[in-house]
Amino acid sequence: MYKFICKARTIFLLPIALFALWYFLSADSHNFFFPPLRKILGAFDQIWLTATGTVDIVASLERLAIGFGISLAFALGAGVLLGSSKVLRDYLEPVFEFFRAIPPTVMIPVLLVISGIGDASKIAVISFGCLWPMLLNTIEGVRAVDAVLKDTCDIYHIHGVSRLFVLTLPAASPQIITGMRTGLSIAIILMVISEMFASRNGIGFAIIQFQRTFSIPEMWSGILLLGLIGVLLSLVMRLIERYFLSWYEGLRARS
Amino acid sequence: MNSTTIEKMDAPLTDTPPPMLAIQHLRKVYEGNGRTVEAIGDVTFSVKQGELVCIVGPSGAGKTTLLRCIAGLLAPTTGEVRLSGKPVSGPSRGMAVVFQEYGRSLFPWMRVAENIELPLKEKGKPAAERRRLVTESLEAVGLKDAGGAYPWQLSGGMQQRVAIARAIAYEPQVLLMDEPFASVDAQTRAELEDLVRSIWARLGMTIVFVTHDIDESVYLGDRVVVLSASPTTVMRDVAIDLGQSRNQLTTRSEPRFGELRSQIYTLIRDAKHVTP
Repeated sequence: MYKFICKARTIFLLPIALFALWYFLSADSHNFFFPPLRKILGAFDQIWLTATGTVDIVASLERLAIGFGISLAFALGAGVLLGSSKVLRDYLEPVFEFFRAIPPTVMIPVLLVISGIGDASKIAVISFGCLWPMLLNTIEGVRAVDAVLKDTCDIYHIHGVSRLFVLTLPAASPQIITGMRTGLSIAIILMVISEMFASRNGIGFAIIQFQRTFSIPEMWSGILLLGLIGVLLSLVMRLIERYFLSWYEGLRARS
Repeated sequence: MNSTTIEKMDAPLTDTPPPMLAIQHLRKVYEGNGRTVEAIGDVTFSVKQGELVCIVGPSGAGKTTLLRCIAGLLAPTTGEVRLSGKPVSGPSRGMAVVFQEYGRSLFPWMRVAENIELPLKEKGKPAAERRRLVTESLEAVGLKDAGGAYPWQLSGGMQQRVAIARAIAYEPQVLLMDEPFASVDAQTRAELEDLVRSIWARLGMTIVFVTHDIDESVYLGDRVVVLSASPTTVMRDVAIDLGQSRNQLTTRSEPRFGELRSQIYTLIRDAKHVTP
């Protein structure tokens, strides 16, 4: 318990200090673009903690989850295939390098034209953007599965689906999760940007609306919200990592 | 008169079961980058049920290649391997292998007991029997209480014990060991050698033990198959007449141990000079 308190203090000390600093330094601010934090927090309360605000948050998170989920499923499937086959890799990797080099944001106008301003275009943009780090990391992880472990599986007749879950995916999991981290931060960026372009709801949509109507405290409150969502999601990633990679941390600490 | 002798010789031959493991004119050629390397020239020997045979040879003699061919991990170019009469064409359920790289042959994401249990699951053993086999094999290697640990929480010697436990729990007809103690320290090595002897004596298993260590081969084996340098052939099949119970102190200081050791040492030294 004492340890826990110590750790919590380490984690929260600086954020709280910065927040307090912001709060007091901006308290008397008359600058239109940098309103007092007090006002921003007031706007936060009024906008995001209400029914309409929740609709925006839910809409955004839904797109994020679906886009990220599609990409992850595809990255795992294709990554295992490509990681196991040198021939496939040789054919496809140059193409991947090309696609990966395309900034995902330029796909927004294209996809808007193709699939309109509904959810589909935004989900497509998010998927496209966060696919590459996850796919390439999975390929690399699967490719690097230890030869002795493969021999061990051969000797003990561990094949097919059970080999996938016993050997391939766990062995590649450190890389897969690294890819997921990168993919997730790209997905959040694309979620916001795609909503700013053309949308009817979502956090990005709301922020751009506030900016256009010069509702500056409200705009800042949206940015604050995005920061909080980012922190929460990275916490979720941390939990996933702790669950799947405790062996890896232990192994690394030993050697 | 003549015909009766032939009959006498033939009759037992057809009646006796085939050897547990028969390696017949095995040859392995690696091809690649426009270069062909004949790793194994022509290797023939057999192992009887319940024998502990060591294979030694100069470094680079293709010992590991030979073992991989026997295990079915590598297809020989010509010749064949038979396990109780049946040709081996891929990893067989009748064989288990203990690799040299203990740190890389256990699944680090699984606990020790899970590592041992996994092959048994794939074999379709019922849960109760799996549990029994896991407990028994861990006891046999002296790691009764280690089932809940992760492999990387154990020392190198203990990890290799786990790999041995996994192999014996699989109940193979033949246990293949590929320089299993090459990367553990000398004291651990002596302990593990005695462990192999005691498991072998208790379970009546057939073991093929590949090593580059001449002393180890003499100490462990009933027979030592001495290989030549690459392209490998069998130079000599040496029977080790040191009795069944062996002891790190007394066996190694017996005059006979010294004789056998120098005999094999001389063979291997000469092998190195014969082929360039």
